[in-house]
Order: sequence, then C-alpha cells, then structure tokens
Amino acid sequence: MRALKTAILSAALALGIAGAAQASEGVHIPKQSWAHSGIFGTIDKAAAQRGFQIYKEVCSACHSMHLVPIRTLAGIGFKEDELKALAAGYEVQAGPNDAGEMFMRPGIPADHFPSPFPNDQAARVANNGALPPDLSLMAKARVGGEDYLYAFLTGFEEPPPGVHIMDGMNYNKVFPGHQVGMPNILQPDGVTFADGTKATVEQQAHDVATFLTFVAEPHLDARKQMGVKVILFLLVLAGLMYAAKRKLWSTLH
Amino acid sequence: MAQVQATKFKNPVVNWIDSRLPIFTMLDHEYNHYPMPRNVNYLWAFGAIAGIMLVIMIATGLFLAMQYSSHTSLAFNSVERIMRDVNYGWLLRYVHANGASMFFIAVYIHMFRGMYYGSYKAPREILWILGVIIFLVMMGTAFMGYVLPWGQMSFWGATVITNLFSAFPIVGDPIVTLLWGGFSVDNPTLNRFFALHFLLPFVLLGLVILHTAALHVCGSNNPLGIEPKGPQDTVPFNPYVTVKDGFAVVIFMIIYAVFVFFMPNYMGHPDNYIPANPLVTPAHIVPEWYFLPFYAMLRAIPDKLGGVLAMFGSIALLAFLPWLDRSKIRSCKFRPIYRQFFWILAIDALILGYAGAMPAEGSWLLIARIGTAYYFFHFLILLPLLGKLERPSQLPNSISESVLKGGGGIAAGAHAKPMEKA
Repeated sequence: MRALKTAILSAALALGIAGAAQASEGVHIPKQSWAHSGIFGTIDKAAAQRGFQIYKEVCSACHSMHLVPIRTLAGIGFKEDELKALAAGYEVQAGPNDAGEMFMRPGIPADHFPSPFPNDQAARVANNGALPPDLSLMAKARVGGEDYLYAFLTGFEEPPPGVHIMDGMNYNKVFPGHQVGMPNILQPDGVTFADGTKATVEQQAHDVATFLTFVAEPHLDARKQMGVKVILFLLVLAGLMYAAKRKLWSTLH
Repeated sequence: MAQVQATKFKNPVVNWIDSRLPIFTMLDHEYNHYPMPRNVNYLWAFGAIAGIMLVIMIATGLFLAMQYSSHTSLAFNSVERIMRDVNYGWLLRYVHANGASMFFIAVYIHMFRGMYYGSYKAPREILWILGVIIFLVMMGTAFMGYVLPWGQMSFWGATVITNLFSAFPIVGDPIVTLLWGGFSVDNPTLNRFFALHFLLPFVLLGLVILHTAALHVCGSNNPLGIEPKGPQDTVPFNPYVTVKDGFAVVIFMIIYAVFVFFMPNYMGHPDNYIPANPLVTPAHIVPEWYFLPFYAMLRAIPDKLGGVLAMFGSIALLAFLPWLDRSKIRSCKFRPIYRQFFWILAIDALILGYAGAMPAEGSWLLIARIGTAYYFFHFLILLPLLGKLERPSQLPNSISESVLKGGGGIAAGAHAKPMEKA
C-alpha cells in the first residue's frame, strides 16, 4: 500500500500537478505574442482550428478533454454540419438499451470529447505510470498560462551533462523538476495543415496553446467585449456623477 | 431611532402605511436628514462601498448556488458547467470570485480609515467592535467560499486551516472532527461548508444593520475627529453624501470591472483549476491574498499553538483598540508622532502580506517574525504609551471654522435639529 502510494505520488508530482513550483525555481517563461491578449484581443480562430487539428491528431491519443462538449468548437468557427460530421466521427458509449446493455453510438455535438482511456489507472498503465492530465483547463491551471504551454511544448531538449534522467522520462527545460513523462511529441511537419501554414514545432506549439486557451475560457471574446462596454458606460456615469457632485457641493461654499 | 415622529408624505398610500408602520419616516430620518460632518473625505465612502459589495455577493451567490453541486464528485465539474454552459455563468462566477477580493479591499481601507481618524474612540466603541466581528465573519465566509470549487487549493487550504484548531489542547481535536464531519476533509466537510457559506452572509447582513444602527446613534466621525457643533458643521446625507458616495462607488466599480473582464484569474491561484486530489500536495499552499498577513503571523511562530494564538490574537486585539489607545485625540492630523507610527503599521501589514506569500524559510521567515513582533508591539506597547507621552497639536474650534476659514452657510434642507444626533 505504502509503495503504491509513493508511486502514485511521485508519478503525479512528476507530471507537474505541482505547477506552482515554477515560481520558486525561477525558470523563466518568455512571453509570447497572442492574438487574444490585451483589452481588444480575440481568439485567433484560424490558429485555434489548427490547434484543434493537432489536439485531434496528436494530443488526444493520451490526453482527455472531458469537460468540453464538442459543440464548444462553434466558438472558433465550426459550422453546424461540420460539428455534426466531426462528432459522428467519435464513438460514444450510451445505454442501457431495452435489453439492459450498454452500446456504442456515433457522437452528437452535445457529447463531450471522449477520453482516450476508460479510467486513470488504464491511462497510467499505458503511459509508464504517468497520468496524462486532462486538457480542458490546462491554460488556466499552470503558472504562466498559455506562455507556459508554449514554453513547455518547445522546451524538450537533451539533458545537460551531469543530469540523470530516469527510465522512460524526458528532459524539459521549463517543467518543474525538468523530468516529465511526456515525450517530445511535436515534430516538424508532424501534421499537415489544410490552410497551408507550415507546421514548424513553434507554429504547432503556438496553435495548440491558442486552442487550449479557447477551451479553457470559451467565453473569452464575449467577456472582453462586454468589459469594454461596461467600462465605457461606467466612465460616462462617473463623469456625470462627478459633475453632479461638484454642482451640488458648490452651493455649500 | 427611538424618537421617530410621523412625517407627512405626499403619497396617501405611503402615509397610510407609515402611520401604521413608520418605515418611511425612519428611512427619511436615517438616510435623508442624517447629518454628516461636511468635511468627510472620500475615505468615508468605503463603508457604503463595502455594503454594496455585500449585496452584490449575496445576489450573485444566490444564482451560483442554484447551479452548484456540493458533492466532492460533482463540485468541480458543476463550477465548470457554470463557466461554460450556464447563461452568463462565467460573468456570475467572476463577479462573485473577484467580488470577494474587492469586498476585502473596501473593508481593509474602511478599517485603516477608522484607525487613522480614531473612529473607534468613545462613544463609538460598540460600533467598532461590531466592525471587528463583521471582519471575522467575513473571513470565515470567504474561506469557506474558496473551498467550494473543490480545486487543489480549496482542498489543501481547507486542510491547513481546519487543522489549526487541533492546536488547542483538549477541545482541539473534537473541534476539528466537528468541522470536518469525519476524520479528514471530505464530502461532509464540503457539504457543511456550503451550508455555512450560504448562511453566514445573512448573519453578516444582520451585523451590518446593527453596525449602521450603532453608527446612526453617535453619528459619523470626520477627518478632524471633533464632534459637529451645529447645522453649520453638517450636511444632510441626501443628496450631498449620496452623490459623493455614488461617485466613489462608480470609480470603485470601474476597478472591479477591470478585474472581472480583463484579468479575472489574477487574484486566484492556478492550482485551483486542478481538481482536488488528497494524494497530491501542491508545492506551496497559499491562502487568498487577503489572509496573507495573518498567514505570515501563523507561520512566524515556531510553535503550532503559539502561531494559532498569534493569528487569532492579532484580530482579537483590534476589538480592544478603543481601550489600548489612551489618547483623547481622535484624528491623526493632530497626533504628530502617532501619525508616523500609523504608516509604519500599514507598511508592516503589507510586508507581512508579502512574507505570507513567500515560502516560510530563510530571510522571509525572519522578516515575518520581525513583522509579527512589531504588530503586537504597536498595539500592546506603543499605543498605550503614546497616549501618555505624545503632545497633540491644537484642535480647531469647529468643523466649519476649519473647513471654510470663518464659517459658512447652512446647507439647503439641513436638519432642523442637528444636535440631537451629534
């Protein structure tokens, strides 16, 4: 029991559930330029669609995204028929039917993205004891957000001399502790983008990080647009209130 | 409020009700004619701002509660459902989560204003003590609210804070078992925290009503710390102070909106977007920023019970402030030495807050220890001594003389008998 607990603990730690260690270790996460940053920034839909393609073809082999319904992708420009076709490509368990049996059916847009493994234990067995974390909130669950995701995905390299890497682990320069179960998965031209964008590792990392920002915060664009209106309204109101206050109090002096 | 006399209103329905239940007379009396010292500055708006924050928290919290599930297996996902699928759920949740921080900002400014201008001194001791109780209940409410999303920081924060009570001898462990509803932080803990998090804001509302009632007995303090001597020293609350407070509220809302719409997770911790996992401890367990000075004091003392006593003592001490401060002069304006120590205390609180966010080791631990020692030194030794040793500067004769350089006109619609409140 104790050995099992230790194994789970170390595996989970190695997988970076301790994202906060970042700050104390002083690993520098360079800021990238994002279309969605700033007051008027919105999600780059083309980049997010490319990011989704990478998620679908690469990440989803190990990582789940179980909080996200497929219909969410309407927010990055997928049309209804495209969503239906996309969802139908997934097999989803349903039931029980009249015979009391569970069965598989084609997905619909209201279904959440299916997970690659039936449970965490199965995921660990298939991944050398490491649990690939769910990606639904990844962009909000790490110090540094999307900048960290970019730095992580482009941060795989040969370990510096004298650094011993455990069996089945990989060296990453920004990961807390530098040893990570995930291999360097993004390869140049590992995917072929339909829009002709050249699939460099940096391009893929940037696109995946954009996509993960979108799924973590699907209402990001609506939030910022409402914020601009709310603050403009409040500024005008503040001006009126100040004028009213000045006028009223001037009678006192 | 005892001397309410029926007022004549234009509307016959209002008159009919008022002659049977004089709520309109009371409101008219307490909010239209309530005499405010004419020299109050914008720091006096933070009481109203804090009150509005409480209303916003109750309103958003009510609608969040309609969508939230307080079960360990559902809580995290139900919050994410609010964020993704509930109409404007993201807005409700971000307004509520950032609202907690904004509420504390307003209350901290309100408290430091009271300390700078000596608002706790006779006859406002009970008013001040009610404020300290409000602060304590607020802290409890905020702590339990942070547990509800059932993320990593929720779980581990709950574990650390509830464990504090185990430091007390004999009663400690039974208290912790009672808080947990079992032998570890688990589903019963989450359930009772949700129930209490729903209840306590209404307790707060009751306390705020008492706080306001106590305020309206002796009237508001002012930057000079001297009592108004007549109608020339005051203005009726409405419209003068409602408009002034209204402007301050709008400015405060602009800052609030910047957080809600453009940096909604700035004051939160990324670890709370990871579902709670009892098997994995976060590298650093940090409470929300508004608890950090107290967290620093807790960790500064090498003994567990000592740390817990220091932390609770630092808040309990505030309730005794009216008697620790021996000076008869209220406002810091006329206390040249205390004024400097006030700012040192404010800086000390900020340093403690920063130390609370850092790992409790090395120089940060030393800084937290010095900061904690200074905090208690300020209240227990400095304040009583200063009251005896300090020579205050000359107080002005009256508010209007000081503000208007030779007296001014009486505000239009000023209360006929302003002295009855002063």
